[in-house]
Amino acid sequence: MRSFSTDLHIHTVLSPCGDLSMSPSNIVERAAAIGLELIAITDHNSTLHGPTVRKIAEEKGIMVLYGAEVTTKEDVHCLCLFENEKQRILIQNFLDENRPEIKNNPDLFGHQVLVDEQEEIIEEVEPLLISGINASIDEIEKIVHQIGGLFIPAHIDRPKYSIMSQLGFIPKDLKYDALEISKNTSMDTIFKNYSYIKNARFIKSSDAHTLNQIGTSKMFLRMNNLSWNEFKMAILGIEGREIILS
Amino acid sequence: MKVSEIVEELNLEVYSGQNGLNRGVHGGYSSDLLSDVMGHAEFGDIWTTLQTHKNVIAIASLKELAAVILVKGYKPEADTIKQSNEEGIPILGTSKETFEINGLLYNLLKK
Repeated sequence: MRSFSTDLHIHTVLSPCGDLSMSPSNIVERAAAIGLELIAITDHNSTLHGPTVRKIAEEKGIMVLYGAEVTTKEDVHCLCLFENEKQRILIQNFLDENRPEIKNNPDLFGHQVLVDEQEEIIEEVEPLLISGINASIDEIEKIVHQIGGLFIPAHIDRPKYSIMSQLGFIPKDLKYDALEISKNTSMDTIFKNYSYIKNARFIKSSDAHTLNQIGTSKMFLRMNNLSWNEFKMAILGIEGREIILS
Repeated sequence: MKVSEIVEELNLEVYSGQNGLNRGVHGGYSSDLLSDVMGHAEFGDIWTTLQTHKNVIAIASLKELAAVILVKGYKPEADTIKQSNEEGIPILGTSKETFEINGLLYNLLKK
């Protein structure tokens, strides 16, 4: 087994708050330059840029997970991670069906564009992607697990859009696979503030909106090889696979 | 003033927690951030919110709030109703929005 350098929370230019430089090719180039081996593309309420990033990253030997940072009905941000195209389409359909009809205003929120491998804009996505999906955190957790993905409440320590800020505490029957802490905090602070979650598994990722933020929050996954199965075992802490935060 | 009197005066729907309708209401608090309510609501407050998650009742119980009013026609989820019945904290409902129901509540409690 060895440790794989990992960043599971990266936005692309499709996220309204994502920097214009966050094209699939730039993200892969940056990830390769700093030695990341496993990344997840997690735009707000959309998985549409995952396939392009994966295609480009394949040549460099970087594994790309399909993901989304879903905003629940309660305004809680949750990372939802998937392995394959079939799962990606299932969650994308769910997000499309449950998204409120609010048009993005690029002047206020920024552009939401899809670009191809050559960085040509293919499409400007109209509905605002950052508003809450019309489904509760419990419903979203269930759907993600039904599809076979992993469910990780995002940046739980943040005073906005986190499970702690919106719901006060983590419901004890919520079946999360891990909890993400932001780069602004430490495990000591988390344990001090929320002693009741000390048995949870934690990830730390960059929540990158600009190229230089990618990989800024160091995390390694100890596992046998780069595969979905090994990834899942590492997140769940099975048979010696584990998450190593630094 | 009792929860049941407020139900009557403001024509509220009672979704659950009927056995808590005799609770006394000492004041009100309005917020949709549950961590904020956990930090700042006080014993005996009646709480207006649009959050329907079961954590609403856990926090209402922790802070010993009198009742919860869901605004804009929002309905409690099934497990929220269950907890409300167990804790004896009524969940009430109105089609009015927060601004309006708070105004009415304020006038009622000020009397």
